[in-house]
Amino acid sequence: MQDFLEFFSFTDANIRYVTLGSVLLAASSAVVGCFTLLRKRALVGDAVAHAVLPGVCLAFILSGTKNPFILLIGAFVTGWISLVVIDYITSRSRIKEDTAIGLVLSVFFGIGILLLTSIQQTGNAAQSGLDKFLFGSAASLIGGDLIAFGVVAVLLLVAVVLFYKELTLLCFDQAYARTIGFPVRSLELLLTTLTVFAVVVGIQAVGVVLMAAMLITPAAAARFWTENLKVMLVLAALIGAFSGIAGAYVSYTAPSMPTGPWIVLIVSMIAILSFALAPGRGWVARILRQRRNKTRILEENLLKLLYQLGELRQDYGNARSLEELLERRNIPKKEALGGLQKLKRQGYLRKEDSRWLLTPEGENRGRRVVRLHRLWELYLTQYLNLASDHVHEDAETIEHIITPELEQRLIEELNYPDLDPHSARIP
Amino acid sequence: MILQVDNPVVEVHDLTVSYDRKPVLWGIDLTLPAGALVGVIGPNGAGKSTLIKAMMNLLPVSSGYVRIFDQPLKQVYSRISYVPQRESVDWDFPASVFDVVLMGRYGQLGLFKRPRKADKDAAMEALEKVGMQSFANRQISQLSGGQQQRVFLARALAQNADVYFMDEPFAGVDIATETAIIQLLRLMRDQGKTVIVVHHDLQSASEYFDWVVLLNMRLVASGPTEQVLNQELLEQTYGGKLTVLSKVGDLLRKQEFPAREKN
Repeated sequence: MQDFLEFFSFTDANIRYVTLGSVLLAASSAVVGCFTLLRKRALVGDAVAHAVLPGVCLAFILSGTKNPFILLIGAFVTGWISLVVIDYITSRSRIKEDTAIGLVLSVFFGIGILLLTSIQQTGNAAQSGLDKFLFGSAASLIGGDLIAFGVVAVLLLVAVVLFYKELTLLCFDQAYARTIGFPVRSLELLLTTLTVFAVVVGIQAVGVVLMAAMLITPAAAARFWTENLKVMLVLAALIGAFSGIAGAYVSYTAPSMPTGPWIVLIVSMIAILSFALAPGRGWVARILRQRRNKTRILEENLLKLLYQLGELRQDYGNARSLEELLERRNIPKKEALGGLQKLKRQGYLRKEDSRWLLTPEGENRGRRVVRLHRLWELYLTQYLNLASDHVHEDAETIEHIITPELEQRLIEELNYPDLDPHSARIP
Repeated sequence: MILQVDNPVVEVHDLTVSYDRKPVLWGIDLTLPAGALVGVIGPNGAGKSTLIKAMMNLLPVSSGYVRIFDQPLKQVYSRISYVPQRESVDWDFPASVFDVVLMGRYGQLGLFKRPRKADKDAAMEALEKVGMQSFANRQISQLSGGQQQRVFLARALAQNADVYFMDEPFAGVDIATETAIIQLLRLMRDQGKTVIVVHHDLQSASEYFDWVVLLNMRLVASGPTEQVLNQELLEQTYGGKLTVLSKVGDLLRKQEFPAREKN
């Protein structure tokens, strides 16, 4: 708790810097990641992230320093080469893109690990901390590092704002973009460069191994909540920023913990929650919708039953017992009772000494269901040429979803019919 | 029966297009007149879409060139408009109908510039022309096939071009949309625009188009509809593939041979 207060009061200048840095990095890579995701190049981001490692190591070997600018340049170069190689393999050989990505990712990362291990064995004192690039360490984002990475992150955000229109069109309809004279090759190059930069600035905080998650997961999570690209970009940035702060906090309170895995865990939690809770697209919304459908079917079936009994005996005013209802239709007793109680609360039924009676409104609704059932049966026999003994099952479902407008259309197309295929009157 | 015209809007000269070295279009020589509603017709795999894409410089060509208004494509981007096949994009993209139609103005705007109010007016007007104004704020993921096609058409209309290239605008749309589209295309032709349409339905072709291009890996015919749509030419177009031609194509691919010596 003490740590928590200390961290989030931001009195320590270091904490302020680390937090600011993490937020910038995470937000900028999340924003670029939105376009990578929409272009369906998510895996490419992963390949670049891994391919950055040999660059970092080579830059260190050649320069002998850990100057962030030099390491950034090294990372950028190999990240870029990896993309060129993927493109080359895909266009010049029979190997498909996914295979090419897999190949490049593992080869580059393998070389990176090899170099890293040999650097560590030289006993060079300056090398300590280089392994932070593997899993990230937000707490080391201070001083010159912060400025270097921060500047690139801000540039990324500016580039996305500047090229918003062009990048959007590139992701949505590349062929069309070419026919209106957009420099598609250059724009592709731009997006690739942005992706590489986003990966490169993120590795300090998250590390190469898990950087792809930082690029793609916030975008994937944001996609669940909105259908508007601008909103999606802002949401992804916020999700990225939040996980960035969380990562910085963990890194500050437990310096021996690698930051990357923590950030990835947090951002993945957000993604899973989005998957579950998002309106419309989410999983909970789908379950609720299915449950609503189920209750509706049950209720309408009960009303229909009561109406049909009334129709059969020509006595709509008489109350029926539960047993009478269940005799005609197999509904679990408990479910039926619950449905009846609910319909009573809604004013569609009345109860007279444990027997059930339709109110005028209930009778209307029941009649409508019966009408839709018979209309649909008639429609199937007339328009789909189905035999009249094959149409009942289908109508059992369709009767619950036909809207009043469709009902009107049906009646018109069937030319105001009186009888259904079984010669029952259509009420 | 291949009729060449003077002062053509579109001139295709000795065009050969290959996929993976196998030519799918052989030596197309074609000129199209201004102000015509042109149908490009042929069986599946005849290379209809390929021809349009090659005209739009979307595919590398093995030989030949395309000129529009007697200029290379690069010089006339502002006068042409392309309507890709509906399935060529992912309609689950986070955008509204209006966003997509507004893309039709991007060419005029150029890089960096934001759409101005006038561009939004033009986009809205284009939506009205296809009868979709009430859908402006609808998400494109919620559209039916016919509606998607209308949105693409509106985007092209917003460009205010002189020549339109449309790839299968009638594929998989409802009757109402098909009628609405063909009326719109006729209107455009009457305003002096040239509209080139890849079309798969032979039945409606004679009614829809005033100029027909028959294609089956090679150019079979090009000319006014009533002169081209006859039994003999249709048999040449639809009477199966030229076996020798596709065998030679297969050979070129297998041997990794260039379609032209100097490649």
